Amino acid sequence: MGTRLLSGLELAHRLERVMPGVVVEAVPEWVEVSPQAVVDVGRFLRDDPELEMNFLSCLTAVDLLDHFEVVYHLQSLRHNHLMVLKAKLWERESPELPSVASVWPGAHLQEREAYDLMGIRFRGHPDLRRLFLWEGFPGHPLRKDWLGMPGQRMPGLETFPGEPEWRGEGRG
Amino acid sequence: MVGEPLVINVGPQHPSTHGVFRLKLTLDGERILDCEMVMGYLHRSMEKLAEERTWTQNIPFTDRTDYLSAMTGNLAYCLAVEKLAGIPVPPRAHWIRTIMAELQRFASHCMAIGTFVNDCGAWHTPLLYMMREREKVLDLFELACGARLTTNYMRIGGVARDLPPEFLPRLRELVKELPQRIAEYEELLVENEIIVARARGIGVLSAEQAIAYSVSGPMLRGSGVAWDLRKANPYAAYEQVEFDIPVGVHGDCYDRFLVRLAEMRQSVRILEQALDMIPSGPVQTPVPLALRPPPGEAYGRIESPRGELGFYVVSDGGPSPFRFHIRSPSLINLTPLPEMVRGLTVPDAIITLGSIDIVVGEVDR
Repeated sequence: MGTRLLSGLELAHRLERVMPGVVVEAVPEWVEVSPQAVVDVGRFLRDDPELEMNFLSCLTAVDLLDHFEVVYHLQSLRHNHLMVLKAKLWERESPELPSVASVWPGAHLQEREAYDLMGIRFRGHPDLRRLFLWEGFPGHPLRKDWLGMPGQRMPGLETFPGEPEWRGEGRG
Repeated sequence: MVGEPLVINVGPQHPSTHGVFRLKLTLDGERILDCEMVMGYLHRSMEKLAEERTWTQNIPFTDRTDYLSAMTGNLAYCLAVEKLAGIPVPPRAHWIRTIMAELQRFASHCMAIGTFVNDCGAWHTPLLYMMREREKVLDLFELACGARLTTNYMRIGGVARDLPPEFLPRLRELVKELPQRIAEYEELLVENEIIVARARGIGVLSAEQAIAYSVSGPMLRGSGVAWDLRKANPYAAYEQVEFDIPVGVHGDCYDRFLVRLAEMRQSVRILEQALDMIPSGPVQTPVPLALRPPPGEAYGRIESPRGELGFYVVSDGGPSPFRFHIRSPSLINLTPLPEMVRGLTVPDAIITLGSIDIVVGEVDR
């Protein structure tokens, strides 16, 4: 009963048969592929009749300090199984990988969100702009090295409106 | 006369956007040529804030994402953490969670339908009828946890406290009353000329499009896809109750409205069964205050009133999440909106947005 989580090892075998050299790492919980191949891999996973991952459930990114991880949760509505696909990006300044919006249009806003908050560039995205923050916002807040605003200013108001100016040292 | 396309802003302060959300519409006369969504007015950066708080301290955030459906937010997050840390949940807590989630679905659909028919032009009367029933649900929440909207009731490993003795009798009374109320709504709304004339054939989304755009919840089912995580991947006590998945046929605003109305009946059906089946026993597995789940990741998801609500949590073994991501149905259900409203008029775009049923707190987080 319930959604079956596909084994990353089994998926790696399948992927290697069709696209040799594409799998980087596989563990039972997930399978990692080369970032440049995500579109081809995605198209295969979506169109293969035994997998039919037609529903992109969740797309997000994680900052793991020395690299970024883009995580795709893919669901098949017909077979009721779920899989986790990952791509690791080792570039710190401007991590980039192809957009999967052409495979699953549902990635459209999720990739914009990952770009806005984590600074991952999705190449070939139809409209890659910030989603929540404004253009010109300094940095990408969900990165672990984003600690505050430039000039040691903390985000938010210095004092509450109507509160007398803080005269002590620091901000408590 | 030929003129330039006209750009108008609907929102951010506009009664029909159900929060602070802006649609930038490019018009040619009455027709919409293009639609751009502008969001972020309610962005509170919850995902970053959560990284500085303990696993338990993050539960109140989940109330405040989708503030019309706090219980389901609590539930999805707790399920994700329980999956991550391997914490069992006692049976009674499962049933309490099921009851709360269904009450919340009923209350949330009251708001969704009420504001939707408001947008259609059935000015406030149906909304106020629905507010009346929603109020009774909120009173029950207040009885159980002291809060009406931001409930903060679920805990990792169960619920915060057991139901007070008068809760179940009062729920039984309410469950007896609700079918008659829903019949009243149906009589008032289903064949109501205002709603039929405004909503039928408007904002059509085909089943293939709906799946491709990752939309979920009543919007996916309104397009004819019988997909409900309560059936597909049962959590809490849903495996033990019987209910149907209502689906639409045409995928238009009217079908989405009908699906919500039918889901209210199914919620009552689940509540009736839960009242008879809820066991006694403990409601919480003891969990340390500074919980440290083993390093790893988990993706917990449930069927919230708006669709698939997921929490992707990553632990590095520390007392707070390393990454806390909310898969928000409100945001993702908005993805096909520009395509749905192209070629429609401005008032049709308003009801199409209303039929998606977004909560801006969850869109922006």
